[in-house]
Amino acid sequence: MGFAQSLYFTGAEVGLSLSGLVLLLVTAWTSHKAARAITVLAVAALFGAAIFTGVALWETSPVADAFGGLYRVDAFGSFAKVLIYLATIACLIVTPRFFAERGAYRGEYPVLMLFSAVGAGMMVSATDLMTLYIGLEMSSLSSYIFASFLKGDWRSNEAGLKYFILGALASGIILYGMSLVYGFAGTTNYAGIRVAFEASFPTGALFGMVFVLAGLAFKIAAVPFHMWTPDVYEGAPTPVTAFFASAPKVAAVGMLMRIAFGPFGGEAEAWRQIVIFASLASIVVGALGAIGQQNLKRLLAYSSINNIGFLLIGLAAATPAGAAGVAIYLAIYVPMTLGSFVALLMLRDREGRPLETFADISGLATTRPALAWCLMLLMFSLAGIPPLFGFWAKFVVFQAAVEADLVALAAIGIAASVIGAFYYIKFIKTMFFDDSARAPEERSPAGHWAVLALCVLAISPLAYLATPWLGAVADRAAASLFLFS
Amino acid sequence: MIGVEHYIFVGAILFVLGVLGIFLNRKNIIVILMAIELILLAVNLNLVAFSAFLGDLTGQIFAMFVLTVAAGEAAIGLAILVIYFRGRGTIAVDSVDRLKG
Repeated sequence: MGFAQSLYFTGAEVGLSLSGLVLLLVTAWTSHKAARAITVLAVAALFGAAIFTGVALWETSPVADAFGGLYRVDAFGSFAKVLIYLATIACLIVTPRFFAERGAYRGEYPVLMLFSAVGAGMMVSATDLMTLYIGLEMSSLSSYIFASFLKGDWRSNEAGLKYFILGALASGIILYGMSLVYGFAGTTNYAGIRVAFEASFPTGALFGMVFVLAGLAFKIAAVPFHMWTPDVYEGAPTPVTAFFASAPKVAAVGMLMRIAFGPFGGEAEAWRQIVIFASLASIVVGALGAIGQQNLKRLLAYSSINNIGFLLIGLAAATPAGAAGVAIYLAIYVPMTLGSFVALLMLRDREGRPLETFADISGLATTRPALAWCLMLLMFSLAGIPPLFGFWAKFVVFQAAVEADLVALAAIGIAASVIGAFYYIKFIKTMFFDDSARAPEERSPAGHWAVLALCVLAISPLAYLATPWLGAVADRAAASLFLFS
Repeated sequence: MIGVEHYIFVGAILFVLGVLGIFLNRKNIIVILMAIELILLAVNLNLVAFSAFLGDLTGQIFAMFVLTVAAGEAAIGLAILVIYFRGRGTIAVDSVDRLKG
């Protein structure tokens, strides 16, 4: 493929990078007052990229290797990238007010958001370890800055420091694994690695694979590498937490899938044990760890660990049906988690201080009924209770696991999701049946409502109308993962 | 004769030192940043050694990318450390424990 064609296929990434660079210059030359205008332009750029990628996904989307096999454009990559771009747009819409009230909103924030989205897109499209590493770092380095963006707030600083140290360690572990894989395969190209490992799979290469998977487990916050999640989710500013729980997570899961089914696709028996362990441990730790929490952001952090466990069930199945299940789960998980954090962001007292503990939300149904009902739907959906769309997400991954003879894994997963339902229902009980303690702010901006309404719509029973379409797209995305030449 | 396994062995020792430096160090966050650099250098040593012994340039190009990213990572790490110090007045590892549940 020629260079011009490669550029066309990576149009969304090229466009986002260029707009990021231009907006960075604009930021440098204008005062902080232009930050909101820059946010609008960044949202427009992301919207364009989402449409460009969405069109590629809508058309039959041929599998195309760009830049001499460093980068692949296929249905899976486009599916994940549309999710990433939409999640980033939603986060950008709800961000400015939070920082502006603290006098900390800067034009660099939307610019870094653009770079982070480009990095996340590269992670899911990379078919070479080098491209993967650059994408991973582009996304992670921006995330470290986001976590500590509130310079005067000790919680934000500490979250940023913790996230940086553990994220850098995770990158180092992934990188060490990559160096071993490169040494034993003799190439960094996914297809080449697969061919080399099908011929022989030495112990050193096994070590490399385990290191790469362990580092990725850090990035997706799977147990036993989840320790940083509650602290970082609690300490980081809430709009940033919403971002961490959505776009980078989609990217990390997407890249894990591409690596597991691509270069290590011949070694499924070797990595399956690790994935099954991480999946079970995440489900159990996520469900039990959340029980005693008083802070709602911490609670949602454990909820995200729990959800990663369910996602990994689909990966453990190691079949196209399992991969399609993961894709569907991601598409449903993103609106669920984004909606929950946006609702949390809208919970403030009359002076604009955030309300983020159980005591603060008691009796919310009488003071903010609409918000309480939205949160109730989101919590029921996260718990996987049937009429809501979250149920279908869990259903598809469990179905894939049962078809792949992982009945025990599915059974333990279902049992643990019952335990998990406890704290989601405690959330609802506190809002609806306890006496109201604090008077929350009465109005929220229209942008926040719009994002929340879209998220709730996406998880409402109405979304079942989209299942044939979503299922077909997810099947196509999963099939493209297994197309390895 | 020094073979590739000697380089890999040194790389593995450096990597383990780096990881231990992060977890066993109870003093100073700067030491953690140094430990992270040590991990990345171990990776570079591995990549260059493999590259030389495989007769394949990819590893050296990869090492260049790693060096570049390591510089960016160190810059961001130090920047975060500076704002942390401004707020807290210390960079002792034990001070990073206020967020807990």
